[in-house]
Amino acid sequence: MERSVSKLLRRAAERGGIAAAMREWQLRHDDTVTNNEQMDARMREALAVMRDSAEKGLDPALRSVSRLTGGNAAKLMQAALSGQSAGGSLLGRVCARALAVAECNAAMGRIVAAPTAGACGILPAALITMQEEYGYSDEQLIDALYVAGAFGLVIANRASIAGAQGGCQAECGAAAGMTAAAVAFLKGGTPAQQADACSFALMNLMGLVCDPVHGLVEVPCVFRNVGAVSVALSAADMALAGIGCPIPCDEVIDAMRQVGDALPASLRETGEGGCAACPSMCGGECQ
Amino acid sequence: MNVFDIIGPVMIGPSSSHTAGAARIGRITRLLLGEPVRTAHIRFHGSFAKTWQGHGADRAVIGGLLGLNVDDENLRRSRKLAAEQGMEYDISPVQVRGAHPNTVIIEAIGGSGKTVTVQAASVGGGSVLVQYLNGMEVGFSGSKTTLIIQHKDVPGAIAKVSRLLAASRTNIATMRVFREEAGGRAVMALELDSVPEETHIDALRNVPGFDSVTLLRV
Repeated sequence: MERSVSKLLRRAAERGGIAAAMREWQLRHDDTVTNNEQMDARMREALAVMRDSAEKGLDPALRSVSRLTGGNAAKLMQAALSGQSAGGSLLGRVCARALAVAECNAAMGRIVAAPTAGACGILPAALITMQEEYGYSDEQLIDALYVAGAFGLVIANRASIAGAQGGCQAECGAAAGMTAAAVAFLKGGTPAQQADACSFALMNLMGLVCDPVHGLVEVPCVFRNVGAVSVALSAADMALAGIGCPIPCDEVIDAMRQVGDALPASLRETGEGGCAACPSMCGGECQ
Repeated sequence: MNVFDIIGPVMIGPSSSHTAGAARIGRITRLLLGEPVRTAHIRFHGSFAKTWQGHGADRAVIGGLLGLNVDDENLRRSRKLAAEQGMEYDISPVQVRGAHPNTVIIEAIGGSGKTVTVQAASVGGGSVLVQYLNGMEVGFSGSKTTLIIQHKDVPGAIAKVSRLLAASRTNIATMRVFREEAGGRAVMALELDSVPEETHIDALRNVPGFDSVTLLRV
């Protein structure tokens, strides 16, 4: 189940959903928890940290240690709340929160890696804003975190969640896939639709390179969290509208691994290619 | 890997490898020293040497040396805390042949004059691997509760440890023994399924030839 979405879907059919299947698997494989209550308490704590980081990241005075980023989420939230967002209020707030959490991370704030620190804004932004908009309970959000975790686990085992190995598709891409599945779950999609949502998001971010300027988790990373969460929402919408992904999720994940293997080292978190090699980002001393 | 490795860890940003991993290495060093650090010499290699300021790896290692956890917001102001607590440190780059790109070497000296030198790598996702302890090649991660015993290589040393752990009803998950040469310095690293009782740890500390006994919980 931890290596295959098709097996995950079979288990979900037997257990009444992906969240239930994930809980059952976790209980068997994690010796630090002995029952669902303990496990859910830990997930609840993660949700609390996510909320806190989304709040702190909206501080207009926030700056990263390098001072390259910070304070931008406040601008985006202001635009969303004053009706200025081209994509409407919901998408505007989702994007602002993704940037907020990512900027909180860059400023050495406390975050939940989901699945990594570099991609930490995507999942919380979608969950918190969906709750704000549609009134989901914390329990539903916790179930959504297990759904996201289940897909993330398969991606980690079948491909990679490390930018140094698979490029940004393995970090922001994986987070978008996880988030698309979680959003499809919250909106009442079936497990198969949750898998389709994940597939669409992974497909739409396939090949995304990891090219951090100065090697820091800032440019373009914090902005890519915004792009990735937009992809996640549109992917969930396609699946929820009844569009089936032509390629099974496991095959999309395998393709993602092959693409990651084919990426040159300069585009896998070495800070030597892509955005990192732009003249204005390296003082004209690019190689 | 499990669901809390995907939705987690809870950590201080910006980088699981450069910040959380660095803090973890600092904390392991502090625990191995067994007393507050008075002076620390921190040497960054590879990617650490290039980006330690931007990723806060310096603040993370210093915070860890002060005993802070990877999710402690005080990591950000650890340099100030170090000044308040009278911990001196210096940081410089170093090149270690063949080492992992995210490697740090820390020499920590306590108030009693006791010194511990750790070479460790941050291997991704906040996980670390301690590769050298006081110049001796070892290999442990500290991801589970780990008992580290520095001792003289004599017959019966392992039996003494297993007897005391059995008395403490503690199951050994994995065990590795490293030594310089027969009869020389040795290190035992035991990953445990539960935390042994304090009285049994103290009993281990009193075994002749056991120089240092540390229970790592990081």
